[in-house]
Amino acid sequence: MSEANLPFIGAILLTVVGGAAVLTWFERRLLGIWQDRYGPNRLGPFGILQVAADMLKLLTKHDWIPPFADRFVFVIAPTAIVISMLMAFAVVPFGPDHYLIDMNVGLLFFLAMSSLAVYSVMLGGLASNNKYALLGGLRAAAQMVSYEVFMGLSLMGVVMLSGSFSLVDIVEAQQDGWYFIPQFLGLYVFIIAGIAESHRLPFDLPEAEHELTAGFHTEYGGMKFTMFMLGEYCGLILLSCMITTLFFGGWLGPFFPPLVWFALKTFGFVCFFILLRAAIPRPRYDQLMALGWTVMLPITLINLVATGAIALWMNQA
Amino acid sequence: MTLALFYIAGAIALAATGIALTRVNAIHALIYLVVSLLAVAFIFFLLGAPFAAVLEIVIYAGAIMVLFVFVIMMLNLGNRGTVVEQEMMNPSVWIIPSLLCLILLIELSLSIASLKSETNPIVVSAKEIGISLFGPYVLAVEIASMLLLAGLVAANHIGRRLSKMDQEKDEG
Repeated sequence: MSEANLPFIGAILLTVVGGAAVLTWFERRLLGIWQDRYGPNRLGPFGILQVAADMLKLLTKHDWIPPFADRFVFVIAPTAIVISMLMAFAVVPFGPDHYLIDMNVGLLFFLAMSSLAVYSVMLGGLASNNKYALLGGLRAAAQMVSYEVFMGLSLMGVVMLSGSFSLVDIVEAQQDGWYFIPQFLGLYVFIIAGIAESHRLPFDLPEAEHELTAGFHTEYGGMKFTMFMLGEYCGLILLSCMITTLFFGGWLGPFFPPLVWFALKTFGFVCFFILLRAAIPRPRYDQLMALGWTVMLPITLINLVATGAIALWMNQA
Repeated sequence: MTLALFYIAGAIALAATGIALTRVNAIHALIYLVVSLLAVAFIFFLLGAPFAAVLEIVIYAGAIMVLFVFVIMMLNLGNRGTVVEQEMMNPSVWIIPSLLCLILLIELSLSIASLKSETNPIVVSAKEIGISLFGPYVLAVEIASMLLLAGLVAANHIGRRLSKMDQEKDEG
């Protein structure tokens, strides 16, 4: 990394954090349309200034730490998710020349960062010293550790086909065909595991508001709550970027410049995840865990063995 | 530059481990231990082993430590754990382990001092690790897989018995 990259780092951070902020408004508008209502439409054109209003409210709220909470952990917890999610963007290739670092273990770096994000939710739940928060944290820990396994395994088919962990190499290996066709099982598992990992609806069991008040962030408010939300939305953008990169050819595409293609595809997946939130009800917690270990794990293993066999066969022919 | 980064990361790892050892609150100790693991991962990265570095984060910091936190949450001892830990912080408990560690440290420093220092580390790629794992070290991989299988069978057994007991309780 050279110093010349500093403006680029700034641009990525601004885009992601700004994108996450706008997404809070965009999600509510889109949900509104799908549910036959308006959503926030009063402030500014199409209600977009709602973002600024929400920011002002959240950032100026009294920054309160409950007296019964574990101060040290309570303050540290919300930062982990934001830092790890933003770090993961370092390896995302936005275009053929637009990436910060082309690590030869880029894909694993992404998995490592998303596994560190678990701490935020767990420690937040534990430090709050509140039974609902603790239950939310427990659920988050079990859910995210389980789905991490399938998430990692589901991507190994892509690694086998491209022969590299480097995300730039993976995109370039998709010149002849995007991986969502040969790796449809991998894509299926990765999408579901990704939602479980970013604990968004329909898999937001750690914060299920109808049974756990607000789950792990029950005691959080103001800035610290904003950090949790920011991390969650950054995670959503990161997940969309990764699906684009790994399964839909990244920046590849005709006519438009690479960056435009990348942005378009990522935007499409963000909309898809919002649609999932509008369309699918939340499963029960035991159903979620059973789905993971009895359906997702066998599917990923079958995908892994089949891909390996076909790759070997193709190499011999 | 690399040397400075190495020493900073090493100092962070040492300091974090030291703090982790002396905490009375288990969660605080775990957080420092995670910091120490991250610092060690960074050292691996500097030494030209990015694959080992990332695996250190994924497996140790991201999975094993998470399970530790999970167990602490399940037990949820609260302040009782801290009180017990405080009693354990008695200096007399530390004498023999510290002595043994000191001997190990002296041995380690002597053996490191006799090594020829390598200034330009070779970057080991994931592919080379795979080739050596399934080449000369295939026996170790197989043994590890058997160990994991045994763990899996045991976990399945324990899980089964509990669920059957639950059923009987529900019926009875």
